[in-house]
Amino acid sequence: MPETAMTDPVIHLSGVAKTFTLHNQGSAVIPVMEGAELSVRAGECVGLIGASGAGKSTLMRMIWGNYLAAAGTIMVAGTDVARAEPREILALRRGRLGYVSQFLRVVPRVPTLDVVAEPLLVLGVPEDEARARAADLLARLRIPERLWSLSPTTFSGGEQQRVNIARGFAHTCPALLLDEPTASLDAANRETVLGLIEEAKARGAAIIGIFHDEAARSRVCDRVVNVSDFTPKAA
Amino acid sequence: MTPLLQVRGIEKRYGARIGCTAVSFDLYPGEVMGIVGESGSGKSTLLSCLAGHLAPDAGQVIFDTRARGPVDTVTMAEPERRMLARTDWAYVHQNPRDGLRMGVSAGGNVGERLMAVGARNYGSIRSTAEDWLGRVEIAGDRIDDRPAAFSGGMQQRLQIARNLVTGPRLVFMDEPTGGLDVSVQARLLDLLRGLVRRLGLSAVIVTHDLAVVRLLADRLMVMKGGRVVETGLTDQVLDDPQHAYTQLLVSSVLQV
Repeated sequence: MPETAMTDPVIHLSGVAKTFTLHNQGSAVIPVMEGAELSVRAGECVGLIGASGAGKSTLMRMIWGNYLAAAGTIMVAGTDVARAEPREILALRRGRLGYVSQFLRVVPRVPTLDVVAEPLLVLGVPEDEARARAADLLARLRIPERLWSLSPTTFSGGEQQRVNIARGFAHTCPALLLDEPTASLDAANRETVLGLIEEAKARGAAIIGIFHDEAARSRVCDRVVNVSDFTPKAA
Repeated sequence: MTPLLQVRGIEKRYGARIGCTAVSFDLYPGEVMGIVGESGSGKSTLLSCLAGHLAPDAGQVIFDTRARGPVDTVTMAEPERRMLARTDWAYVHQNPRDGLRMGVSAGGNVGERLMAVGARNYGSIRSTAEDWLGRVEIAGDRIDDRPAAFSGGMQQRLQIARNLVTGPRLVFMDEPTGGLDVSVQARLLDLLRGLVRRLGLSAVIVTHDLAVVRLLADRLMVMKGGRVVETGLTDQVLDDPQHAYTQLLVSSVLQV
């Protein structure tokens, strides 16, 4: 498609490297990634593949900004995450970069509906509008309405996963990171999540995903990148 | 955007010993910064210096005042600093008894801070106090009870109401959830998060509880031996700590 080919990538990584220094284990320095290159345009979904431990999650965390890159640039919707100040990364996460992680981290006691609406509330969306959008997503993801007023901390693994997905899709971010979004979901909910991903692509989101579910990957991903290519060569 | 608070080279010594030294950072409007470190790391000394409870031996604490823009509060005249402490600043003590007047009713504790900034109409003071007790989930029929008759968690929520009633822009908190049992802690965290978001507050929170800072703070500063050893985005410092001490701190947390 020549139209998308002419637009600048929303996410662009160049020469990204990562090392871990374990100060309390003999100051071991472990290089885990070097020379990572990755580019994702609006409306495109790129799947990260590679064996377990190859660095799929590490790469994703460097883009989210909770892992520090040792070298390179990580441009996400106009911000270089590798160099940005904390408040610039916070602003990026509020409005332009979404993340569905495998873990739900929430303040205990907060009702599920508010957990899902929160990303909208911090952007200043009126409370009833934010809650309506949250309710819509929870209903689509088949979280029974009687659970909406309860904290998700007591939910089953699959329910927590769906609350996390609802929260991740609440605001329509131009860039989106998905870490195993279809893991531990039944067929119907898996279908709903894949539908949400396709809708996000259709509205122009640039998406990076990790999918162990191969059928899901081949359905939503336009191409894959093997992170093993970025494993440092043994000296 | 002008930072709400600019801290430059703060140092406090106790004789030859270092309380804290060479601390600098900027805090922007709406930001919540956590300060973590073990007992004796200097985090409470730092907070006292920032809030004007202790005079630092060196450095500047520049606050963006409503009237005059950025002013160094360390060298500011005492009356002006006290006025700031009553209006634009709030300080939540770890022990609510340090921040409350135990012999005065709950409503009186909240109303007193309003009167200190010039409120005189008894009816409106009482209704504002009632409104704030509601916001911190204290039943209206407890307005005339003294804090001594409250549980620890209620006392802490009352202290927060007393502090926030004057609409401060910057809140200092010293272990706000310390000493409370976990279910009460969760309720307080929920309350604080909601207030910070709705009122657009900036806050500096000292704690040794890493789970608390992950949920409350945007940014984190790690202190050891009076010095800042690491700063960054909260989840970056906790998930990918760079300094040996932070790595030890993070790996020492017991999983539940």
